[in-house]
Amino acid sequence: MALELELISPIQVAKDFALAVQEYTLLAWQSLANLFRRPLYMADMLQQADVIGFGSLPIVVLTGISVGAILALNAASTLQRFGGITFIGQLVSSSMVTELGPLITGLMVAGRNASGMASELGSMVVTEQIDAMRALGTDPTKKLITPRVGATTFMLFFLTIIADLLGLVGGYAIAHLIFGLNSRQYWSSTWQELVFRDVFTGLIKPVLFGFIIATVGCYYGMSTRGGTQGVGRSTTQAVVAASVLILIVDFFVTKLIFAVFGYR
Amino acid sequence: MSVPTLPIENPYASVVSPSGFAVEFDNVSIAFDEKVVLDGVSFQLPHGETKALFGVAGSGKSTLLKLAMGLMPPDSGRIFVLGEEVTSMSEQELFELRRRVGIVFQESALFDSLKVYENVAFRLMEEGIPLDEVESRVREALRFVELERTYDMRPSELSGGMRRRVAIARAIITQPEVLLYDSPTGGLDPVTSNTIVELIVKQRDVYKTSALMVTHRLQDAFTMATHFFDKAANQMAILPRGQRCEVPMSFLILKDGKVIFDGDAQHLAASRDDYIREYIS
Repeated sequence: MALELELISPIQVAKDFALAVQEYTLLAWQSLANLFRRPLYMADMLQQADVIGFGSLPIVVLTGISVGAILALNAASTLQRFGGITFIGQLVSSSMVTELGPLITGLMVAGRNASGMASELGSMVVTEQIDAMRALGTDPTKKLITPRVGATTFMLFFLTIIADLLGLVGGYAIAHLIFGLNSRQYWSSTWQELVFRDVFTGLIKPVLFGFIIATVGCYYGMSTRGGTQGVGRSTTQAVVAASVLILIVDFFVTKLIFAVFGYR
Repeated sequence: MSVPTLPIENPYASVVSPSGFAVEFDNVSIAFDEKVVLDGVSFQLPHGETKALFGVAGSGKSTLLKLAMGLMPPDSGRIFVLGEEVTSMSEQELFELRRRVGIVFQESALFDSLKVYENVAFRLMEEGIPLDEVESRVREALRFVELERTYDMRPSELSGGMRRRVAIARAIITQPEVLLYDSPTGGLDPVTSNTIVELIVKQRDVYKTSALMVTHRLQDAFTMATHFFDKAANQMAILPRGQRCEVPMSFLILKDGKVIFDGDAQHLAASRDDYIREYIS
């Protein structure tokens, strides 16, 4: 049997991409605008906060501690050579709070929840449950998307704070137990290292990342086509797109904050 | 077609829209990926009538129901439901209209994360109706489809026929003025199919609801054309000889995206069109 390859025109690819960006932007805008329109589905938002926030807690606790500990371990091997082992706390705190805490938490929650949202909403699309909801006079963006966006944005903020704290604890465990650093020395250096800019950077990022995770997950879910195979495809695409977008936004936010507040 | 007086009581007065029809399609066309599915389709559904839609698979029957519900826009043409032009309404305006229209999807489309009573109560809960009233109305709707025992069950615990009946309960709970059924008896055993046909006849004759029903089963539509719901006996009964086919029931057949027949059972049986004769045989 002859293998037939269908050639796709680059213009068509560009058009499809532009359409996807337009649809995503519209969905993201509607999810925000719905926060100011009635009805506001508070019960659904609380349920999502439970699923996304408390459900992600174990993975965030594990990764927070691990990243802090690994960071301390790697930093110590370099710092020891220069006799600067007492700077471990400073290095762990600035890295965790400004960068690794928000980023790792964002990527972990993206892996867990963007996929969950895409598969749940995708299944609802292919089984006509979304059409049924619209037919019953309910706006799916209000009932399904806004609660997920609100809950993810809100909960990722607190999950990141938890990950930051546990990262510092993980770093402390390594610094104290392996390298014999004094507790007071470690904690005072971590505290002194942090300035307003670091904390601000570390807390603005999870808000943006949470918004990206939920809107990307919901967008891929709602645009699912092609039955169960389509659901699988949407799930994978949602995780990849959310992770890539988080990394891109992370770079630009960091750059912007440095431009506004200046380098140290 | 005139609507005859049936030997049953009519507790609900049908609301007549300004256009005089419950549903009206005016030269409606739609294509998917350059494949024309509906091509200049026009028909009217009078108030209180049930119209059965036939056509081979892929002839656009389900699409036609989704167009009527405003779930997708046509490429051209106008659609009126209860006197309102669906094709010129925004999604927000459509949400209001859809509260007056019920739909039963082909695969039921029950919300699988919700229990049966939450599914049936969905529209009432959205309208903020007090919980005690919601419960009594859900029980009444489930009693109508003879599934009150499934109140606390999940959709995954139900058989295909039961899911279809729960979907009917969900569609009728607010007593909509128009009902759209998408293959309500498709893939079901004859006994369950008959139960569902009886429910549709009950809805037509007791509540005088206008309905569009997509089906592949000609025998179901002929049963509906020859039977009425006897409220005293609480069951479907055959119409007396001489009154057969005088219930508000009509047939519409689609072929290649066009309407090739729109009329009652007697006209259908008398048709000389080769395709129609082959179809009904």
